[in-house]
Formats: sequence, structure tokens, C-alpha cells
Amino acid sequence: MAIQLTAKHQEYWSKNLTITAILLVIWFVVTFVIGYFAVELNNIRFFGWPLPFYMGAQGSLIIYVLIIWYYARYMNRLDKQYDVAEGDE
Amino acid sequence: MATQSQKAFFNQLKKYYSFYTGGFVAFVVLLAIAEKLGLPRVWIGYIFLFATIGLYAGIGIMSRTADIAEYYVAGRRVPALFNGMATGADWMSAASFIGMAGGLYLQGYDGLAFIMGWTGGYVLVALFLAPYLRKFGQFTIPDFLGARYGGNIPRFIGVFAAILCSFTYVVAQIYGVGVITSRFTGVEFGVGVFLGLAGILVCSFLGGMRAVTWTQVAQYIILIIAYMIPVVALSMKHTGVPVPQIVYGTVLEKLDKRTVELQKDAKELEVRNIFKDRGAKLNEQVKGLPASFEEQKAAVAKKLDDLKAANAPANEIKAAEKAIADFPKSVDEARAKWTAGARGDTARAAAPFIHSEPFFGATEQVRDNKRKNFLALIFCLMVGTAALPHILMRYYTTPSVDEARKSVFWSLFFIFLLYFTAPALAVLVKYEVYTNLVGTKFADLPAWVASWQKVDPSLLNIRDVNGDGIVQLAEIVIGQDIIVLATPEIAGLPYVISGLVAAGGLAAALSTADGLLLTIANALSHDVYYKMIDPHASTQRRVTISKILLLGVALVAAYVTSLKPGDILFLVGAAFSLAAAAFFPALVLGVFWKRATKWGAIAGMVLGLGITMYYMYTRYPFFGVNAPLWWDIAPISSGLWGVPLGIITIIVVSLLTPQPSREMQELVEHVRYPHLRGDIDTQGT
Repeated sequence: MAIQLTAKHQEYWSKNLTITAILLVIWFVVTFVIGYFAVELNNIRFFGWPLPFYMGAQGSLIIYVLIIWYYARYMNRLDKQYDVAEGDE
Repeated sequence: MATQSQKAFFNQLKKYYSFYTGGFVAFVVLLAIAEKLGLPRVWIGYIFLFATIGLYAGIGIMSRTADIAEYYVAGRRVPALFNGMATGADWMSAASFIGMAGGLYLQGYDGLAFIMGWTGGYVLVALFLAPYLRKFGQFTIPDFLGARYGGNIPRFIGVFAAILCSFTYVVAQIYGVGVITSRFTGVEFGVGVFLGLAGILVCSFLGGMRAVTWTQVAQYIILIIAYMIPVVALSMKHTGVPVPQIVYGTVLEKLDKRTVELQKDAKELEVRNIFKDRGAKLNEQVKGLPASFEEQKAAVAKKLDDLKAANAPANEIKAAEKAIADFPKSVDEARAKWTAGARGDTARAAAPFIHSEPFFGATEQVRDNKRKNFLALIFCLMVGTAALPHILMRYYTTPSVDEARKSVFWSLFFIFLLYFTAPALAVLVKYEVYTNLVGTKFADLPAWVASWQKVDPSLLNIRDVNGDGIVQLAEIVIGQDIIVLATPEIAGLPYVISGLVAAGGLAAALSTADGLLLTIANALSHDVYYKMIDPHASTQRRVTISKILLLGVALVAAYVTSLKPGDILFLVGAAFSLAAAAFFPALVLGVFWKRATKWGAIAGMVLGLGITMYYMYTRYPFFGVNAPLWWDIAPISSGLWGVPLGIITIIVVSLLTPQPSREMQELVEHVRYPHLRGDIDTQGT
């Protein structure tokens, strides 16, 4: 039997692409945009740290962890919602 | 049913590893008591070495297997949390554990490229690869290339690239094992290498991925405990708070203030000027070659005669004799030696930089270059992380797609624990050096300085350059590995903790070496032997061949390491660019773009990898070509050229070639959805 893709499946995939793109933009901003403007942002203080140093040493890392956590949660729910989750196999 | 047993399995694992962690802590406490009662230091080193290697071997023996799915992918039942720990240990190498905090000490803000690059890459793993590879569910990364693009060529390029980026990396790990064991137990480097190798082999040889996984979890627990204890103690000493990651912002502020003082300090200026003069003098000598060669030779000889005539003290005469013995043998040698010396002296004449300041430099152009390379390096490390086969392979071992996604989260979480501590450690140690060590009298240097200076002068070297009897910052040369190794002593902890740190470094090196060796051996046995040479081989035979190849690869790697190839270790950083260019475009487009064709992938991988290797070969000083840089990008970041070229090539060539077959497109649909009705099955058995 060939794979049958319905409109619902297409919707699932486009939702996946949307969340992937959104999270990727966040990843890009905290990494490259802040990195690029590090000198300009250096006067902003964050609990004693200069902001770019804090982001590079800790802030961005926390955001990376949260991005992955959120993606896993979102997709695992989406799987169930769109009936593409793996059952007990 | 399956979920029920999976749950029971998870609880059982949790129980085992809790007992294990408790047992390990008790073991360290017992050793600490034994130390108080007079157990000699060298014994502590031996006990740590043999106890931990014995432990890993024990887990290896308990997990021995001849089942193919167990051997290659640990039976695909590793729960997300434990796969996360195993990936953490697999990921964090000897360099992360021992070298990273030191790199941050020496580079300040700019060193954070490694911190962000080696963590942010997991975002790419999570969003672009892990769930899809898990759904695909075979054994190796070349497997995916072979199935998605068809034919043996994509698979073979994958095998070549996997071996290329894993081999130097594994040599670096075994090298780390040799250094750690020889430093802490006094055995010879070569013996240390083979001891470590025995630990790696007993584990992976008997049980493949299954044994490696459960050993890596155990190794993660040891390495994270070993990393945290000294940092927490040091933080207590400086801030009174045991959570260094939260409070070191204030220490950083004080450190930056202190650096500004030291930049202007009169005594510091005096020392820096001495180095400036020495550098200038050496540069003069280089310019004066070849005439200056004979002049200097005569000057050195004359100095000895003068000293002898004046009846100078024995140590001065000895030093002068040494200067004659060390004098370059030829004009070429003199040129190399003096140029290097001038560079070293000029570097030491530079004022200390502000730790938190991004891209420090004298001119706008220098700063701009640093920024460019900082961002390029982050890019290459991140994409490389999302392309290293020994990491991606780990996501084949989870029970489901859902668990694979969660597992990336746990992986990064466990890696994050160490990576957000390293910058704190660097700042705390730097503050200690800048405030407590600088200004001390040479007569009462702290004990750790004396002991490390004796162990290895390249790690720590303090000389009274201006003869005032007081330590100036400019008189200190610090090697990057010492930051982690000496922290227990700086924080005033007993020697047991130093032994623990060594055991942690050993765990980091062994766990990474395990994963890498398995990757290389599996690429050869599964992709080359089974898929290309003998597709009808029985599973029994496939496992046997794997084990033989593993042994062979391990011995070759150990042999290369025993030659002490210190000058090729820089290639480890290169592994990320190579992996990024070879794998990332073909893997990601393979999932996200159905139109990507076999020839597109082949051309993209060859060109991407090709330009990366070409740039490295022609730009790394080691190879001696030294062509001018493109856009000032350092060769470590050559993936900056390879990745985009690979992506563009795949797109262009794919559009020029007929679209992939119906079957191929179904495979793409298949990996995109965790479960479909009427789905095909690609899972390898």
C-alpha cells in the first residue's frame, strides 16, 4: 500500500516548518545578531555582567536549551493532534 | 505493553545509576579519609586510574552482546534521559573538560565562540536531524545518504568523510588519555596510552553501542561531579556563594577593574618594556642574518670566557654553557628560532586585555577581523556539531521519534551544565591570579605554583624578569590546561579532588574515544563490508567483522598516538568544518527538499568537502603553503566556504537532473511523519 497523504498531513508538515523557522530565527538572533553587535551592546549591564558576555557565556545557552525543550513539547503534541504519533509498537 | 516494559526498564536504570552515583561518592569520601590517614599521593592516582577503568570494563563485560541491533544501536531502547547523558559524555572530550576553561582564561570574550558553537549546534540537531534520523532508523549516517540518494557513491563519500573527521579526533582523545595517566600516576606516556586503550576496547569490543552507551552514562556522572566540586569550592572562597554560575558577574566586574589597574601599573610597564626590548633585539638579529649569526655565536662564547675569567658563581657559568649548547646550529635554524622568540617576547610585551571586552584590538581593522572570525567560527562549530556522525548516531538508539526529540533536550541540558560553568571557572581563576598571585613575593609563592612549575614549565612558568622579588602579571606564563588541573589546589582542596579531576578528564577522553572508534569501525564494517562488499553476510558474521575492525582501528589510532603527533592535534578543530561541509547540506536537504537528487548530493558533498579541505591545506601553516586568506577567515573556519557551496551545488545540480524516483520521495515522506498509515519500513534489523 502506498503512502497516502491527506490535507491534514500537509498541514502537519507546514506547521512543523513554521515552528522550525520561528525557533531558528530566535537561535539566529541570540547567536549572530548579538554577537555582531557585541561592541555596541557592551555598555548594557545584566546583574554585573556586560550583556554580550552574559549572553555568550550563559544567556544564549539557556535559550538554546529552552528552544529544544519547546520544540519537543510542541511536536510531540502536534503528533497526537494530527494522529501521526507512533503507537505501541 | 511495550511502553509498560520501557517504563520498568527506565525505573530499573534509574535505580542502578542512583546506587552507582552514591557508591562513587562514598568511594571518594573513603579515599579522602585514607588520605588524611596518610595514603601517599601516587597511590591515590593509581587507585583512581584502575578503579575507574575497571568499572568501565565491568560495564562492558556485563553488556556484552552479539546481537546486531544491540551491537549497532543498543537495541533502540535507550530512554531519552539516559541517551542525553551518554551523548553528553560522547560529546565532551578531553579538550572540553581540561582545555576549555583555560581557553576562556586566555581569550576572554572571544573564547566564548566555543561555548556558543558547541551548544547552539544542538538546536540544529533538534530541528533538522534527530527526529528524522530516528524515524529512518538504520545504523549509520552513511546509511541515510545511501538510502535517500541511492547507490553506493553517496554512501561511500559519507564513509570517507566520517573517517576523515573521526580519526584525528580519536587520536586527540587517546593522546589526552596518555597525558592524564602519565601525569597523575607517573607511568610512561606509551603505557598510559595502552592502559586507556584497554579500557576503551574491553567496553566497545564486547558490547558495541550497547556497552558504550551504559559506560558513557557512568562516565558522564563521574565527569560532571569532578568538574563541579572544585569550581564550587573556589566560588565559596571568593564570593561565599556555592553557585558560581549565578554570582561570578560581580567577580568579573572586579576582575575588569583590576585589569585596568594592571594595564597602567609602573612595575608592569617595566617588565613589559624588558620584553619589548628583547623582541626588538631579536628582530634586529633576524634582519642582520647571516652576518649576525657569527656575531651572536662569538658573543655567547665570549660571555662564558668573561664569566670564567671573573670567577663568577657556578650557576651563572652553567647558564652560559647552556646558552652555547642551545645556540642554533645553522643560519636557517637561527632565523626560525629568533623569529619565534621575537614573536613570543612581543606578545608578552602587550598589556593585559579586559576579560569581558569583545574583540579587543588596537585598530578598527583588527577588531573587525576578530568579529568576523568569531562569528565564522561559531557558524562552523554549530553546523559541525549537527553533522558529526558519532553524535548523530546516538539518536538512532532511542525507542521512538518522540523520545529522540526529548533526548536532544536532555543532551544539551547535560552538556550545558558543564559549558555554563567553564566561563565562571575561567573568571574565578583569573581573578585569583590577578589579585592574589600578582604582588606576592617570590620567596612565598603558594605551594600549587611551585608544584606545577616543576611538573611542566609550559603549563606554568613564573620568572622574576625585572629582579624586584615580586610577581608581576607580565612575568607569568600560563598554559591553558592548568586552569582545570590546578583548581583543586588553588581552592585549597585535598589531593583526592585532584585525583578526581584526573578521573573526570579520563572519563571525558575515554567516552569520546569510544563513540568515535565505534563510528569508524561501523562505517567500515556496516557500510563498506556489508552494504558494498557482501550484502548476504549473516548477522553473526557482520558483528564479528565489526569487532575485528574495531580492534584494528583502535590499534592504528593508538600507534599514531604513541608517536606523539603533537603538531597534528590542531586538526581536531578542523573536524567540525569538515563534518559541516560534508554532511550537513546533504542530510538536511535530504529531509526538507524532496527534489534533491542523487547527483545533486554527490556534487554538493564533493565540492563542499573539497573546498574545505583545499582551504585548510593551503592556509594552515602546518602544510607550508600559506596562501593568503580569503576575507581574512582563519582555516579553522573553512566550513564557512564549504557549507554554502555544498547547499548551492545540491540545489543547482538537483534542478538540472531528473527528479528523484517515486520510491525516493516516499522515503522522504516516511521520515517526515513519525507514523503514517500504509507506511514503508526502513528500520534496520
